Amino acid sequence: MHQLTIAEIIRGLRSKEFSSTELTHHLLSRIQQLDSSYNSFISVTEELALNQAKAADKCLATGEAPALCGVPIAHKDIICTNGVRTSCASKMLDNFIPPYDATVVENLNSVGTVTLGKTNMDEFAMGSSNESSYYGPVKNPWNTGYVPGGSSGGSAAAVAALLVPGATATDTGGSIRQPAALTNTTGLKPTYGRVSRWGIVAYASSLDQAGPIARNAEDVAYLLSAMASHDPKDSTSLDRPQTDYTAKLNDSITDLKIGVPREYFGEGLNAGTAARVQDALKEFEKLGAELVDVSLPHTELAIPAYYVIAPAEASANLSRFDGVRYGYRCEEPSDLRDLYMRSRGEGFGEEVQRRILVGTYALSAGYYDAYYNKAQQVRRLIKQDFVQAFEKVDVIMGPTTPSPAFKLGAKNSDPVAMYLEDIYTIATNLAGLPGMSLPCGLVDNMPVGLQITGNYLDEARMLNIAHQYQQVTDWHKASAV
Amino acid sequence: MAVDTQTVEKLAELARIAISNETIEEVSSRLGDILQLIDQLQAVNTDGVAPMAHPLDEVQTLRTDSVTEPDQRESFLAQAPQSEEGLYLVPKVIA
Repeated sequence: MHQLTIAEIIRGLRSKEFSSTELTHHLLSRIQQLDSSYNSFISVTEELALNQAKAADKCLATGEAPALCGVPIAHKDIICTNGVRTSCASKMLDNFIPPYDATVVENLNSVGTVTLGKTNMDEFAMGSSNESSYYGPVKNPWNTGYVPGGSSGGSAAAVAALLVPGATATDTGGSIRQPAALTNTTGLKPTYGRVSRWGIVAYASSLDQAGPIARNAEDVAYLLSAMASHDPKDSTSLDRPQTDYTAKLNDSITDLKIGVPREYFGEGLNAGTAARVQDALKEFEKLGAELVDVSLPHTELAIPAYYVIAPAEASANLSRFDGVRYGYRCEEPSDLRDLYMRSRGEGFGEEVQRRILVGTYALSAGYYDAYYNKAQQVRRLIKQDFVQAFEKVDVIMGPTTPSPAFKLGAKNSDPVAMYLEDIYTIATNLAGLPGMSLPCGLVDNMPVGLQITGNYLDEARMLNIAHQYQQVTDWHKASAV
Repeated sequence: MAVDTQTVEKLAELARIAISNETIEEVSSRLGDILQLIDQLQAVNTDGVAPMAHPLDEVQTLRTDSVTEPDQRESFLAQAPQSEEGLYLVPKVIA
């Protein structure tokens, strides 16, 4: 039963092959038996899940159940869940129990999903390996000596280990796509503003976006249809109508023009990864698509621009953790300054502190123009590269990551080496474009991800393209367990 | 680009993060690496390029100034490390 996709679960529940309660029991017991090897969950919400499953079964019996009624999922632990600890994988929020649901959770609850638990992640979503979690690293189900990627490594690993068919995640610089690539799952970061950020702990507000990770494009489409909405509570939320992202999955892609940016196939790209991506591009040619050489000349500036903008916004966003209103407070503060300094010094981990300090530097008096303003200008140049490319092509494809998963601990002592992991994903966030990663093969039995970057609000087309690829290939069905 | 420990101490003070004497050298060295990375931006000609705040150049939405949130004072205060009679408690500020 744990091998079922979301689409198969929807059919199975409706044809009474099994109940949501049976499925939920089965997955909860799998998590209990197996997750000690992966550490993909921070909290398992057994009681909530069984209550939701029971309610879903009642609803299914009436014959008028909403779209995802009875489908078990998990939420990344950055997304607030009413009455369920939301730790952001930080000591700072180890005791934080939100009194409300994020809009994304409300949306998914309203279509009947069952919450199995909260998934592990890099602390405050800052990382590309899931090693910065206060609750310990997540291990890649394909080889537990390797990282699953980050920051949504728990969501990706839980899906890859067949503990849950789909999960929510967030992506500020690649945090959905990179772990999806390293675990053979399919993940999509929507256009900036397509999914509400309300109730999601903020990292870098002008880049943060939530999206789903699942086992194939069809399942991602089901989850995204529920997640995406206009939300007056998020002032950057786009005012666009609800969309059924499953509606166009079966459209033909014979007239598709795929842009292949030469900058994404240069130095630093693993030869095996390059070969698998080229194989995928050939497969698309067989499906009738045309490959077009494009250039994104400002590609190499994406990482420097990101490591100004994201830390600057993080230093402002994370100033709310003050040891006064919620979260961790140090023991026996001597005065208010000591309370702030030690609560934050003890409550935040190393990488979070590092990014706050970089952001503080970039925003400090006299440096604003040289760093933040400059980075925002470079950001427009990066966006213009994409705008020009999309005048010639429908989508852009390339590798999601420079290489398959690396070993636990391999990049821990060198933050800059870790940052380079996101070289192909970060530009998408800076431009606000939608991006996805889907499985396209293995190198030494470790997964490789193909990245599809689409034009603004073109998620339905991207999912259609990914689904068509998954009709003629089986890489997404390759299993870690 | 090297960052001296005095600069790190100043940043830590501005960010209100206590950094121990044992780790400050390490922190300085890592920050230096990152600043070197972001200094690549300085070489780019951005004359006449407008800074980009929102990818779709959308502006902040406005709404009527009305009360929309329910009163959740008790549940919010329950999150606080220390509270009393509807107030957040901190160490004494005024002597």
